[in-house]
Amino acid sequence: MLSIEFLLNALVAGLLLGGFYAALSAGLSLSFGLLDVVNIAHPAFILFGSYLTFYANEHFGFDPVLAGLIFAVPAYFVGVAVYKIYYNSFEKTGAESLRGLVFFFGLFFLIEVILIITFGVDYRLVRAFYIGKSTSIGPVGIAYRLFVPFLVGGILSTVLYLFLTKTFFGRAIMGVAQDSLAVQLMGVDPIRIKTVAFGIGIATAVIAGSLLIIIGPVEPTIGREYIGRVFAVTVLGGLGSMTGTLVGALILGVAESFTSSFFGPSWALAVSFGILLICLAVRPSGLFGR
Amino acid sequence: MSNEKRLFLIVAAVLVVGAFLITTQMENRFYYKAAYVVLQYVVLATAWNILGGYTGYVNFGTAAFFAMGAYTAVALIKTWKPPLYVLLISGGIVSGLLGLGIGYLTLRLRGVFFSIATLALAVVLQMVVSNWDYVGGGAGTAILKPRSVPLFSNYDEFLFFVMAALAVVAVAVAWLIEKSWVGRGMAAIRDNEEAAECMGVPILKIKLFATTVSGALMGIAGAPFSYFVVYIEPTSAFHLDYAVNSLAMPMIGGTTSWLGPLVGAVLVGTAQQIATVTLSAEMNLLIVGSLLVGFVVFAPDGLVGLFGKIRARLVGKEA
Repeated sequence: MLSIEFLLNALVAGLLLGGFYAALSAGLSLSFGLLDVVNIAHPAFILFGSYLTFYANEHFGFDPVLAGLIFAVPAYFVGVAVYKIYYNSFEKTGAESLRGLVFFFGLFFLIEVILIITFGVDYRLVRAFYIGKSTSIGPVGIAYRLFVPFLVGGILSTVLYLFLTKTFFGRAIMGVAQDSLAVQLMGVDPIRIKTVAFGIGIATAVIAGSLLIIIGPVEPTIGREYIGRVFAVTVLGGLGSMTGTLVGALILGVAESFTSSFFGPSWALAVSFGILLICLAVRPSGLFGR
Repeated sequence: MSNEKRLFLIVAAVLVVGAFLITTQMENRFYYKAAYVVLQYVVLATAWNILGGYTGYVNFGTAAFFAMGAYTAVALIKTWKPPLYVLLISGGIVSGLLGLGIGYLTLRLRGVFFSIATLALAVVLQMVVSNWDYVGGGAGTAILKPRSVPLFSNYDEFLFFVMAALAVVAVAVAWLIEKSWVGRGMAAIRDNEEAAECMGVPILKIKLFATTVSGALMGIAGAPFSYFVVYIEPTSAFHLDYAVNSLAMPMIGGTTSWLGPLVGAVLVGTAQQIATVTLSAEMNLLIVGSLLVGFVVFAPDGLVGLFGKIRARLVGKEA
């Protein structure tokens, strides 16, 4: 049972899963990590993206990843609208800690209920030529349904990283995260920057949603399980660090993969919450924390 | 004893006796079932508000405390079928201890992290209960109600009366806390924890008190659950509805006083019962979700706050 091949397979599956988790968490790392907007509705937006992808795939035969990229555009504007409501109702008056949290929780629940009413509680899946196929490198098997999300997740993280470090606008976002007042004194409106950044966060959530439904069938209430995961990744990686988010996601992926290989898949969920609790207790600033 | 306290106790006693008198008059079982659910939410919303509204720690894990109370009762019923008050007390103790544990978490976890930890608690406990075969595991188990109970014509009426009494007790507890120095300490923690500590408020003691009392009340509310539903399984006992409702009701009613959760639970709970019958179960969740988001955005102080404003304006006009 405990052969090198077995461990290698678990490791590779974990790394692939980690790339996918990076895509799930990238948007949260942006909104929560950099801008301190506690968007616990993030997994709900991911799931919303999954269902949009399902709809486009089922009725118009779109490739899931392509559908995710297309829907990311309207999702950006949804994100902008959500942030505007959030800012005007909570951030402006300094009431974000308690009521802002409840607002996002309510939003999370609302999206879940809307999905249940629209699509029912059955599991939904998508079709694509690469789903169900796999290849192998030596003794290690690689399923394409895991490889595609890994690839897209990696690209998404890299693009976001380059955007934040190389472009003017990305640097402005980092600037707002570090010192909002200083950015304001330089003549940049921090609220506008935050609005755009939050919109981008929601756009990535919808792309991540298309990956989620590639990996496996989804149903409206699985978003809950991902609250623990995305927050574990962002906290473990260190709030506000894109590199940290990627590393944190890979660690979580490998840890979950080994846990389900050794103890069974039903315990995998406990890993994320365990990592989150340990991390918050031992090193709240995370691996690459600011 | 002050006049205010005496009045409050009299009203409470009248309500409990009133609930008993109703059971001698009314026959229709559906109304008892519906009223039971509404009263259960009065307890849960009030319990949530002691921690969330007074102290400012948002608990997303109401379902965990509720279900622990319910499953403690199931485990006891499976072993020696004790009388209901034993179930209530043990459910309260188990969930109270769980609350105490969560209270120690507040040492390190604040704001969103505390909330996520409570959600994590619910997910992990549901997983544990689903793998615990003695209480039915993931598939659930059937619980036989006691066939008869003295003074009541059937067990549903008895459960309704018990829940009515519990609701009165829960509101009384919240009221007592609010009027005492502990309540003022809680408000200080909610407004600014560091400042409160500097002013000499024993913040850890008060937070532990808040999480324990809040958890215990939720556990007590959950203890009769298996008798009420007859068939108990983890998905329904740990349902996210409990978390959302017990948070939405105080938010809609108003979080700063004992009256808010009571008003919120009675109004929203009743509306839900009507919506479940006339529309559908999903629609009633949609209504709660929309109300929650709407109130948080547009009426942050809830209905109680709204009425306060309206009254202030009317008084202002007269003067």
